[in-house]
Formats: sequence, C-alpha cells, structure tokens
Amino acid sequence: MKIATLPEVTSAQGTVLYLDGISVSFDGFKALNNLSLTIDAGELRCVIGPNGAGKTTMMDVITGKTRPDAGRAVFGEAADLTRLSEAQIAHAGIGRKFQKPTIFEQLTVFENLELAMKADKRVRATLIAKLNAADKEKIAATLTLIGLQEAADRIAGLLSHGQKQWLEIGMLLMQEPKLLLLDEPVAGMSDQETERTAELFLSLAGTHSLVVVEHDMAFIESIARKVTVLHEGSVIAEGPMEDVKNDARVIEVYLGR
Amino acid sequence: MNAGLALSSPLRLAIGGFAIVAFMLFPILNLMLPAGHPLHLSAFWVTLFGKIMCYAIVALALDLVWGYAGILSLGHGLFFALGGYGMGMYLMRQIGRDGQYQADLPDFMVFLDWKALPWQWWGSEHFLWALLLVVLIPGILAFVFGYFAFRSRVKGVYFSIITQALTFAAMLLFFRNATGFGGNNGFTDFKRILGYSITAPETRMALFAITAFVLLSTFLLSRWLVSSKFGRVLAAIRDAEPRAMFCGYNTVHYKVAIFTLSAVLCGIAGALYVPQVGIINPSEMSPANSIEIAIWVAVGGRGTLLGAILGAGLVNGAKSFFTVAFPEYWLFALGAIFIAVTLFLPRGVLGLVQRR
Repeated sequence: MKIATLPEVTSAQGTVLYLDGISVSFDGFKALNNLSLTIDAGELRCVIGPNGAGKTTMMDVITGKTRPDAGRAVFGEAADLTRLSEAQIAHAGIGRKFQKPTIFEQLTVFENLELAMKADKRVRATLIAKLNAADKEKIAATLTLIGLQEAADRIAGLLSHGQKQWLEIGMLLMQEPKLLLLDEPVAGMSDQETERTAELFLSLAGTHSLVVVEHDMAFIESIARKVTVLHEGSVIAEGPMEDVKNDARVIEVYLGR
Repeated sequence: MNAGLALSSPLRLAIGGFAIVAFMLFPILNLMLPAGHPLHLSAFWVTLFGKIMCYAIVALALDLVWGYAGILSLGHGLFFALGGYGMGMYLMRQIGRDGQYQADLPDFMVFLDWKALPWQWWGSEHFLWALLLVVLIPGILAFVFGYFAFRSRVKGVYFSIITQALTFAAMLLFFRNATGFGGNNGFTDFKRILGYSITAPETRMALFAITAFVLLSTFLLSRWLVSSKFGRVLAAIRDAEPRAMFCGYNTVHYKVAIFTLSAVLCGIAGALYVPQVGIINPSEMSPANSIEIAIWVAVGGRGTLLGAILGAGLVNGAKSFFTVAFPEYWLFALGAIFIAVTLFLPRGVLGLVQRR
C-alpha cells in the first residue's frame, strides 16, 4: 500500500467531538456511565479497555445507533448527534468502521467505493446518477491508497479478510469524513498488513480526526499519541501511552491481566 | 460495469422473439386461422399464457424487493388482488342490467337487498377511475405499511410474517359481505370491458397483447432500475444495511420506494388478470398464494430478472399440467420443487446457466 504524504498538522484546530456526561443502560446494566471525552481536530486517539468497558457502545452513541439516556454528543459546529439519524450523522462527516468488516459483499470493489462516495444520496438522485471523470479519479486514488487497484472489478465478498478491512477503510475515506471511528481495524490482519495499516492511519491523522478502538497493544503502541482507557463505562485514565501504561488503576483492570 | 440500458445481443434476440410471438404469432394463430385448422390456437391457450404473463409481472415485482433489496414480502398476493378488485368493480358496473336480476346494482347487492351503491363504489363506472384505483390502492397501502414497518426496523422473517398477517387480515375483511365487495364469491360473470364483449376472441387477444406489452415494459423498467445507482444501493441494503446507513443513505426511503413500486406493479398485473380469467375473490389474498409467488422467484433465480419471469412460467406451467393430470398431487409437487431448488439450485434455474 502506498502512503500519500500528507502535511503533519501540529497545531490544535479546536475540538471536533465532545461527549458530555453520556450514560446508556441496557436493562439496568450501565454500558456507559457519565462518559465525557474530547477529541481534537486532526487528532489520532486510541481507546482501550477490557471487554464490556463500553467502547463499542460509545461508537454506537456517536453514530446514532444507540440513543443515550443522558448526556450530549456535540460534533463540529454544535450539531447534537443524539438527535440525528445514522444517515444524517454520516452526512455531517463521521465515518465508522465496524468490528467485523462490513462491506457490500455482492458488489465489486469499485461499486463499493462508488456507493460510499460523498454525493447526493437521496432516492431521486441515485436514479439518474452518473460517474464523471473526477469521480472515477477519486475512486482510483482511493483504490491505490488501500492497495486494491488490481482488484477493482472483483466481487468484494471474495477478498481476503485484511483486504476487506482495507476496503471498508477506503469506503470511509470516500465519504470524506472529518472524523473516523475505527473499531478493531487490524483484527485478523497479518503483521505486515497491520504495519501498513498503522502507516495509513498515521498519514490520515492531521487531515482527519481518528478514534481507534483496539485490543492489539503492539498496534496501539505503534500509533498512539494519546490514549483513553475505558472501564465500566467511564474514563479511568487519559494521556500519553507511557503514562497510561504505568497507571496503577489501568494495570489493575486491564494491562495487568 | 455501468451497462446502463445497453442490452446484450442474446437479450435483444429474446425480447425480439417474445415480441414476435406475442404480437404477431399469437394473434395470427388465434384470430386468423379457423377453429378447425390444426394450427389454430384456442382461447384456452391465449388465456393461460395471458394469465402466466400476469404472474410473471408479479414475480418481477417481488424479485425487485426480495432478490435485489433483500426484503422477503409474503404479502404480494394482496396487492395483486387489490388491483384485481379495482378492475373488477368497473367490470361489475359494465354488466349493467344484463345480470341475473336485471337490476342497476350488481347482482350480489340485489341479493343482499341493498338499495344503493355503497360509498366504496363511487366512480366505479368510469374506466379511468378504475385504473387510478388499481395503481393507488396497492401503492398507498404499501407506502403506509412499508413506511411504518421499515421505520420501526422490522426486517427479515419478522417482516415476512407481518406481510402474511396483512394479507390474511385483508382476506378475512373481504370475506365479509358488509365490506361491499361480494363476500366470499367476489366478482364474476363479467360481460363487457369498455363496451366490448369480454369473451370475444378479439377482446381476449387485445388483453393478451396489452399484458405482453406491460410485461415487457416492466422488465425494461426493472432492468433500468437495477442497473442504476439506485439498484446498487438496494443491493447494498441487502448485503449490509448498517453500512449503507453509515454511508449516508436513508435506507427507509429506499425500501419504501421499491416496496411501493413493487406493489403498484402487482396491482397492474391483477387488473390485467381479472378480465382474462373472469373472476376475482378473496382466496387470491390467502397467505398460501403469496408464498407461491416467492416460490416462483426462488425457482427461477432470485436477483435475476429473467429468472423471475422464467420461474413464474415454469411453476405455473407445471401447475397447469398437474392440476389437469394429477390434481391431488400438485401441492406435493410444488413442495418437492421448492425443496429441490433450495437444496440443489440456490440460485434457481437461471443459476445453472449464469455465472454471476
């Protein structure tokens, strides 16, 4: 996979996502408990924590799949995500990669990217939509970025697991999102594939904000700048990887075991 | 990719062949040759093929929602029947005073001792109003039902079950005399359509030709839809609806749109069916009828338009044969066909010859 060289953005450009006191409970079980979190523009944030800590539920709340019982989720210029539908949130500029690669298995790789591309996505528009040269170029660029240029006309269901993961990431990029949520992006990838994914994420940070949830600590360490540790639905530690690794509480609930 | 409207040459050939048979060969063999001629095509065959073409339209309609969008509706028989009833009301009014009771009201109303037409029959003497009902009643019902079902995220087998319940409930409603549509006898004994005798060979042939034209148009419309980006979004919803939503598609709108269009096509098919077979009654709404439609599509090959048409033809051809030769075994045969297709031909008969 070729990595586009993107300018490193060092200066903070403000907050892109702000979770404020989010609580979600399922049948009395508190999946998220007064969770607050801030993601800066251009930041690459890793979120770790034991199973059931609420990582996936947090993503569900941000993308509108789950409605919180309390709290606010503010994205960009004061859009309250807790009031928008999944599709509206996608249009607002949030892309999400699922834990299990979720692509359109019976369409080709090219068609997968075509459907994900930022465009008018209402019924009437898709009836008459045609790809212009600029669209095709955009798709070709993404195919190159995710290393699937040879597989453009392959049925997506026939790709390897790692390729599916990349295709899904490519689909997110086609949406031109401001914020990418990546749930276990390197699960099932070979070491080499994982390494290339790390490079890709590092190159995206700066122009995009990324939130990565992972269990693979080696991967986290290779990309982490700032890490948030969740436990029982709340943040128990946040900071540079080195500090978090030496935090007594974190060792007790997660790393130590 | 992006084949758009370009038709492959075998397909062009098939469409041309179909047009020649339907619009030239059938009329010549049926109307021009005298009844005694060995090549004469009797009214029986014209009606049978006309009927099967109506079923093929329904199969195409179901394939759009099931094969392409992944929504298995087991209530499409209802939309077909509603279209049939819409046309049937007009045909009942065309009987005029030529019924058993020689009254202004349709026979069943005289029999029930009704003095005036109930409100549902307003406008039913106008052909254009009937056409409007044929399209609007199934369309509006599907739109409202689909909107609430899809918005509430009813999917998969749950959706199939509630569509079965819907058609069953409608059947019970239409069984009642008080509903105003002839109760369990429905409508029959039609005499005329647009003033022409409904049993005249020319009228039958005209209905046949219109049906063939509508089938062809439905096929081309469906082909255009499934090869557009809209069609690919439907496939995307079928393969991974959450991903489609997170790509920014409001999947409820897409599902409602295709479900409504599908219901309208079924209504039109029903309206063509009733004047040709001469009867419509609530048994058309029985849950089993709707399941049979799904079997046609599965047998032919769901997710392929030709497969849907082929399936409707094969299963109904077999049905016509069995119900004459071994009437008591038809349901066993149907069950066996369905099991065989599920086990050995998951992509239907067309899957045998098609690769993708």
